[in-house]
This record gives sequence, structure tokens and C-alpha cells, in this order.
Amino acid sequence: MHPDVVAAPLPELPLRPPAHRVHPRAVTWWRLRAAAGVLVVAVPAVVLLVLVGTAWTVGLLAVTLAAGAAYVVAVPPWLYRISRWEVTDRAVYTMHGWLVREWRIAPISRVQTVDTQRGPLQQLLGLADVTVTTASARGAVRIRGLAADDAADLARVLTATTQATPGDAT
Amino acid sequence: MTDVRWRRLDPRMLVVGPLKNLMQLLPFLLVVLLTGRSGDLNQVWFAISGAAVVVLAGVLRWRTTRYRITDERVELHTGWLRRERRSVPRDRIRTVDLTASPLHRVFGLSVVQVGSATGGASTLDRSARMDLDAVSKTEAERLRRELLDRTSVAAPPVHRPAAEIARLDWSWLRFAPLTFSSLAGAGAVAGAGFNLLIEAGVDPRDIGVVDDTARRVATAPLWVGVGLAGAALLVVAGVGSLLLFAERWSGYRLTREPDGSLRVRHGLFTTRSLSVSHERLRGAQMSEPLLLRAGRGAQTRALSTGLRDGGSGAIAPPAPRVEAHRLAAAALQADPAEATRAALVPHPRAALHRRLTRAVLPTVALVAAVWVVDERTGLASLLLLPAAVWLAVDRYRGLGHALTARHLVTRLGGLRRRTVALQRDGVIGWTFRQSVVQRRAGLVTAEAVTAAGRGGYVVLDVAVSDAVALADATTPDLLRPFLAGARHAGHGERAVVTAQEHRS
Repeated sequence: MHPDVVAAPLPELPLRPPAHRVHPRAVTWWRLRAAAGVLVVAVPAVVLLVLVGTAWTVGLLAVTLAAGAAYVVAVPPWLYRISRWEVTDRAVYTMHGWLVREWRIAPISRVQTVDTQRGPLQQLLGLADVTVTTASARGAVRIRGLAADDAADLARVLTATTQATPGDAT
Repeated sequence: MTDVRWRRLDPRMLVVGPLKNLMQLLPFLLVVLLTGRSGDLNQVWFAISGAAVVVLAGVLRWRTTRYRITDERVELHTGWLRRERRSVPRDRIRTVDLTASPLHRVFGLSVVQVGSATGGASTLDRSARMDLDAVSKTEAERLRRELLDRTSVAAPPVHRPAAEIARLDWSWLRFAPLTFSSLAGAGAVAGAGFNLLIEAGVDPRDIGVVDDTARRVATAPLWVGVGLAGAALLVVAGVGSLLLFAERWSGYRLTREPDGSLRVRHGLFTTRSLSVSHERLRGAQMSEPLLLRAGRGAQTRALSTGLRDGGSGAIAPPAPRVEAHRLAAAALQADPAEATRAALVPHPRAALHRRLTRAVLPTVALVAAVWVVDERTGLASLLLLPAAVWLAVDRYRGLGHALTARHLVTRLGGLRRRTVALQRDGVIGWTFRQSVVQRRAGLVTAEAVTAAGRGGYVVLDVAVSDAVALADATTPDLLRPFLAGARHAGHGERAVVTAQEHRS
């Protein structure tokens, strides 16, 4: 058994979790992203504190920062434990989500396009997402937070597999 | 590939095109002509040159538009200053629509709209559609047959008559006031009527009777005014909806064409024709908005690839529920009991609790908020609570799913109840979604992904084991390697990317 393949927490669905985890640096990525989000919320609270300066605004800022810090510390590792993906020669299978968990399965024979995306933070960390689009408007499967090289490899393999599979994919 | 001759749009477009543009320009020209001081010739020249430009543009458009249908593609070249060359592979064509505005009809023309599926997300954008505006009715009919019937290229078409599935029954007019879109449209009719009076220079307030009534209502108690306004609105909405229904659905016919495609024709002033080829059909939907459901009516839609969500896809007017079931089944060429009328499995009791909390909690919050603002209104708003409970129970009763020989059937919704029969072959993936609350209740929402209609149809709040079993039974082999207990990438499955390849 691969070191990647760890015992999963109790399955919520009678589906086994996908085989692979995303890249561990994704935790840092999610942390930075969450921290940026906390800043966006905290700045108005600071402004309010400077302008008004009552105990009430101090409390507001303290609560915002405490909740934000708790999120930044606790949630990304949790997300990492949940986010998983797997690609076989028949299907793409992903699982992710924190409060709302989501499992997606798309057959390779119905894949239309395979794209990779890298946001600014992801470029900084050498990460990328792979998006597999099918003929459906709601069928896209996204694997978030892979190492950039792995994402490129995966996209290449998927494109090759898709082209080898006949049909007009609808 | 042999050279196929380029074709022009119908020469009658030399008249219809400029005429249509002129009609659109008419209000502007009138304003220019009427606002000028008398005897000011500049205004007249301005108007005439404006009209000339419009006519010239219409002629140029006809001169520069060419199309042809080769064995593989449909090509359309348009434009003079900004040239556009579009080309759609014929095997990507999903639908062919024929529409004719009253102006087109006077000249015996039809607009051909070719709907196609291009890759991925672009399916949704407008570029997936190609309009030929316009060709003669016979040419439009020929194009429709040629584009949809892939076999006619090889073999000469066998002339079988189209089989009629349904035609308009005027007693269905009773459902017209029960559809929300008709109500919304009725408002538009009333607004248009008012505008027409204003345009004609008549202010309704100048009409003695109207003015007199208005004054009486103004002096009467408030509730009389509100009641009268409400009643008037209902009458206008009712009449408007009947008119809209009549315009939209006059001459309605649903047929199965010799090439196997489904064809809908309807419309009084603007005739519409929608063809859905058999290969593109993925399922059928029966919509029952609350009012229509109360009147035991329903509307049937075809779920086909290449049709955009919203409006399009209706293959019948609002009709009696039994008839709607029959039409959905006829579209799918299945027995009603195998399609939308299949006996549905109810969802677990926990789904009812979830519906209740989701309806009642926000209502309680709303009532509390209103109470804080004003106690009397708060007391009245308590009536919302039983309404919320009723809606929740009704939504729960609507929930159900079934798997028949060829279809996955799912029903959900209260205010907008819909029953969808999706062809099992048309399911191209699954999404399972589970919130924290659903996890604790042992429920999950399964969404069957498809290329048609909304792109995905959900089975709401079903027991976790049932959801996976249903998905597995619907699309055999797709889920099997991922079922709990299945070995990783084992049993004939080959992992394309293994953990070693995946450097981490």
C-alpha cells in the first residue's frame, strides 16, 4: 500500500475515498487564502475602532480576529484530510468540501476538455488546479491544489486518454 | 469533398430586412420629424438619409450573407465591414428551430436557428447558435430535414407521413391563468395597453368614466381601494393570460417526423417550430407550479442537448396532468408508468425533518424581526408559520425517485414541483453533496449529471446507502470501483496515475 493511501475516517457514503491526497503545500495555500479573507473582514473593524473607539468595537475586532485565527489554524489541515482525488482509465473521482462535502464522478468517455489553472497564491507556492469538463454545464470536476508539475502531467495523461476514447462525449 | 454551391438568403429579404429595420427606426424617425419646427427641411433630410442608410444596410447584409451545407459542416459567412465566418460540424447540430415573425410570414419566409453543442462551457453561450434570417418556407423545411436527418445523405428518404402525437385542445385554455409566466406576461399586456393609449394621445385620466371612478375610489376607505385594485389586476391578468396562451399555442401540433425527430409547431402571429432529434433527447420533464398543480394541470418539456435552459424545450402547453404524462412518455417512446408516471419511492422521514427546519426556522426569524418592528404586524405574521409548515410537508410529499428499465425518475419541489425522467444512457456522471446536517441525519443529495437541460437533476435528501445504490444501478460500472469495500484500482481497473507517478 502506498504511503499516500491512508485509512480514511468513517465513510459518510458507502463510497471509499479517492486514492490520492492533494499536495501538502495546499495547506499553506488555504491558510494564506483564509488569512487574506480575515484581513478583508478585519480592516473595517480596525477602521471602526479608530473612528469610534468604544469597548464595543474592541470586542468586535477581538471576536473577528479570534474566529479568523481559529479558522486559519484549524480548517486548512482538515480540508487537506478531506480533499482527495483519483483518476482511473474509466473515471475521474474527487472528494472535497468542509461544511458541505462533495463527491464527484465523471466517466473519462464523457470528458471534453482538460484545463489547468494557477492563481497568484498558487504560483507562489508552485501549485495548480486541474479542471475536467464534460458536456454538462454542471459536470465539471476540479482537483484543487496539486503540485504544478503533477497537474501538468495529469492534464497531459487525461487529454491523451480522452482522445483515445471514441464518441462525441454527450 | 465535392464543392457545394454557396447559397444566398431569400431575395425577399431585400424587402423584409430594410422594412424590419425601418419599423424599428420608426419611433426615432417620427420624433425627428415631429419635433422639428414647421418648414425646417433639415429634419426631413435627416430622416430620409437615416432611412436610406437603414435600407442600404439591409441590402448589404443580404449581399454579403452566404451559407452552404457540405457533407461535414454548415458554414455561414456574413458582414461587410466586420466579416464573420462561422462553421458548425454537422454531427454537433442538436436542434433546428424555425420561427417566423408576422412580417416574415407575410412574405412566406422563415428564420432557421441551428443549435449546436460546442465543447464544454461554451455550450451555454450564444455562439453555439447560428441564425439564417431568413429563407423561404420551403427552403427552411428542406434545411430542417437535411440537418436533422443524418441518414438521408446515404439513402433516399422514405416518405412516411409524420405521426401526430397531440394537437391543441381549446379546453386547455383553462390552465392559462394558472401559470406564473402568463401572469407576468399579463402585466406586460396591461402596460402595453396603457402605453398604446398614451401614444394615441389619450390620457386615461381624460376619459370621463375612468376619471370619475378614480375620484370615487380615492375618497372611499383604503381597503376598498386596495380590494378594487387587486380585483382589477386579477381580471387584467386573467384576460391577458388567455390572450397570451391563445397567441402562443394556437395551431399547436406535436408530431413524430419520419426521420424519428420530435417536432412541435405552435403560434398564432409568430409561428414557432422546434425539432428535437431522437439522438439528442435525454429525457422529459413535467413541471407543476403550485397553481397549475392545484388545477390538476402540468406542462411537459423535452430535455435535449443543445437547448438552453429556460423557456425553450416546452413541447406542450399547460395541459391536464394525465395528458402531460402521456406526452412526456410519447416523447421518450416509453410507457408512462416507465417514465414520469413511475411509482416513486418516498424519501426517509429524516427528509421531512430537514424540510421542516429549512422552512420553519427562517420564518420564525422573520416573524421575530417583524414583531420587534411592530407588534400588530408581528401578530398577523404568525399566520406565516402554518403556511411554512404546510409548504414543508408538501415539499416532502413531493420527494421521490425510481429507476425504471430505461429511465431515472426523480421528483421534487413544492411551489415549482417537477418530475424528471432522465434516460439512463444520458447520465454522464454523478455528484453527491452532503452538508453537516445531512451527515448527521444520514441523508445525501445525489445529482445525476447530464448534457441536457439544466445540466444536472437532483435526487434530494435520500438515505446514503440508497443514493449510492441508485447511482450504481443507473450507470453500471461507473461507480463500482469506488464502492466501499472495492479495492483501489483493482478488478480490471487500471489507475492511470498511480501514487508513485504522483510525486508528493
